[in-house]
Amino acid sequence: MNRIERRFAACREHGRKALIPYITGGDPQPDATVPLLQTLVEGGADILEIGIPFSDPMADGQVIQAACERALVHHVNIRRILEMVREFRTDDVHTPVVLMGYLNPIEQMGYAAFAQEAVAAGVDGILCVDLPPEESQFFVEMLQENQLDPIWLIAPTTQAERIRRICEVARGFVYYVSLKGVTGADSLSVSDVAVHVANIRAATRLPVGVGFGIRDAAAAGRIAGVADAVVVGSALVAQIEAHQSEPEVMYAVVREFIADMRRAMDAAAVETALGGER
Amino acid sequence: MSSKVSINYGEFPDAGGHFGRYGGRFVPELLMAPLEELAEAYARYREDPRFLAELEADLVHYVGRPSPLYYAQRWSEQLGGARIYLKREDLNHTGAHKINNTMGQALLAARMGKTRLVAETGAGQHGVATATVAARLGLECVIYMGAADVQRQSVNVYRMRLLGAKVIAVEAGTRTLKDALNEAFRDWAANVDDTFYIIGTVAGPHPYPAMVRDFQTVIGHEARRQILEREGRLPDALVACVGGGSNAMGLFHPFLADAGVRLYGVEAGGEGLAGGRHAAPLATGRPGVLHGNRTYLMEDADGQILPTHSISAGLDYPGVGPEHAWLKDVGRAEYVDATDQEALAAFHALTRAEGIMPALESAHALACADRLAREMTPDQIIVANLSGRGDKDINTVAALEGMEL
Ligand SMILES: Cc1ncc(COP(=O)(O)O)c(C=O)c1O
Repeated sequence: MNRIERRFAACREHGRKALIPYITGGDPQPDATVPLLQTLVEGGADILEIGIPFSDPMADGQVIQAACERALVHHVNIRRILEMVREFRTDDVHTPVVLMGYLNPIEQMGYAAFAQEAVAAGVDGILCVDLPPEESQFFVEMLQENQLDPIWLIAPTTQAERIRRICEVARGFVYYVSLKGVTGADSLSVSDVAVHVANIRAATRLPVGVGFGIRDAAAAGRIAGVADAVVVGSALVAQIEAHQSEPEVMYAVVREFIADMRRAMDAAAVETALGGER
Repeated sequence: MSSKVSINYGEFPDAGGHFGRYGGRFVPELLMAPLEELAEAYARYREDPRFLAELEADLVHYVGRPSPLYYAQRWSEQLGGARIYLKREDLNHTGAHKINNTMGQALLAARMGKTRLVAETGAGQHGVATATVAARLGLECVIYMGAADVQRQSVNVYRMRLLGAKVIAVEAGTRTLKDALNEAFRDWAANVDDTFYIIGTVAGPHPYPAMVRDFQTVIGHEARRQILEREGRLPDALVACVGGGSNAMGLFHPFLADAGVRLYGVEAGGEGLAGGRHAAPLATGRPGVLHGNRTYLMEDADGQILPTHSISAGLDYPGVGPEHAWLKDVGRAEYVDATDQEALAAFHALTRAEGIMPALESAHALACADRLAREMTPDQIIVANLSGRGDKDINTVAALEGMEL
């Protein structure tokens, strides 16, 4: 069992849903990333998602594009992010780490070098936003050779047959994009999400995470009622942006933001369990 | 070249949109289904006689095709070499080749039941062409334009607004064309149900590079017929500027199998290739993935896209259509550059010699034609694509010469 499987197994055992915060590596500046990751774990995160900054993040909204730009001022590249993961791993060998990024920086580093160095640094999964399964054969082989989980997105527009094909190559968990739009958009219907998650569950036994458009604890709680994991990105990155000039405040706000979500998700889990008994 | 003559250019791209190693479809999962829907609709309508007849009628009566192939005799004689013919895309309605493509895509959008058009624009020509067909078809229209381009192409911004389009200035990134593309993709992702994204050049995810090429090949088909009528033979060389590469591909494609016709694509050399302030990915870049396709890109060692520079907003783009990347690698087309200064000189030269004021984009092709012609003889023929007219650029030219209008 790898770290991602172990974590989902542990969550299941404790009747808890996984909380997966996303931050952009190197935002607001490189020294902040490791303390932020530690803060997220303290706040109750189960899996950490680190964005590799890219100059043209077309699947992301303005909040994450701005985060990429802040990181790129410091020339944060993949190797720098892997150093951050290595440093994080000196204190935490259990929390899974997923890198999320765009293909071009990975391709310029080279698939093989990327996969080898990522696993050596302690990364567990890779989500490449603009690489569909059709173009990914060699990339996936490289990840699998290095025991890295390829994480795939499934969208509201993805049809049943395609969901099946994506789930065949997916490992770790699958990530359902809960709305039409980019990260940071703001309309979210829980009942729609529930229908789609059910369709995905018909195609795979992997855990299903849901992200895009989850802005606060209340939404996290509602989504926790229908998914195995809740991903929060833009709303968290917006907090980092708002408090970037006062690091101590920033860490405190981030910890509380995640802890709030944790509490809401745990409360929802208790309710679901009680509901199940009734 | 001799080992490559067996390539059947008509077979490209493959079903996945690949031109050799280039092209493809690299987009977030959300856009995979809409792209497939588009590819299917396009495959159906490109063979549909009623669709083709409607497009043809619009090209004749609305766009004003065929565009003339004009022999620039006085300019040619001044240069003292090859005879230069100009394909007058500047005479199209809205003043550039862009409308050949927007007309086709907008008719397709209407047939697909889409009610809202979005587009990116650099110089504003594609934005104006999109806003124009949107007005004609009664469709809602939103144009994304880099904030830097909004400033330097203010006349076109006003034209789009007059046509009823909403123009959104993009402040992210380098505030130019590439950022406008990012924003247009985001809009499409958020509004896939009712929205059609009209990409303005032969780039983007499959099927855009092939579809835009097909709509633009009207340029090359006409030019081929016209030069055969006028001269009884094919030209020795074709020359076109390359931003994303749509006017060049539209001219080149019907001549790809004619091995005797040399093809020259002209990138923006900006302040010169050495200093990095240019927009010449084919000359200086490496293959990578941006905006849905694999192609040559201007990027740094970490794979971050580099800022570009050109005097002409329409060439100010760090990528290039994947079919050009492939034609470069197989050696069928040659890619050269013209600097800001050379383009400016050609702008003035044509204006004074022929009374035709070219767009600064097209002036890059003319600068190359000038160089080529001088090394050729009067029995040789060059066809240069005059992709657009220069009215939109007179503020830029005046400012460079220290004048404020
Ligand atoms: C007149 C004109 N020519 C050329 C271009 C460059 O585009 P492409 O390389 O796709 O022809 C533009 C783009 O705005 C343009 O307006």
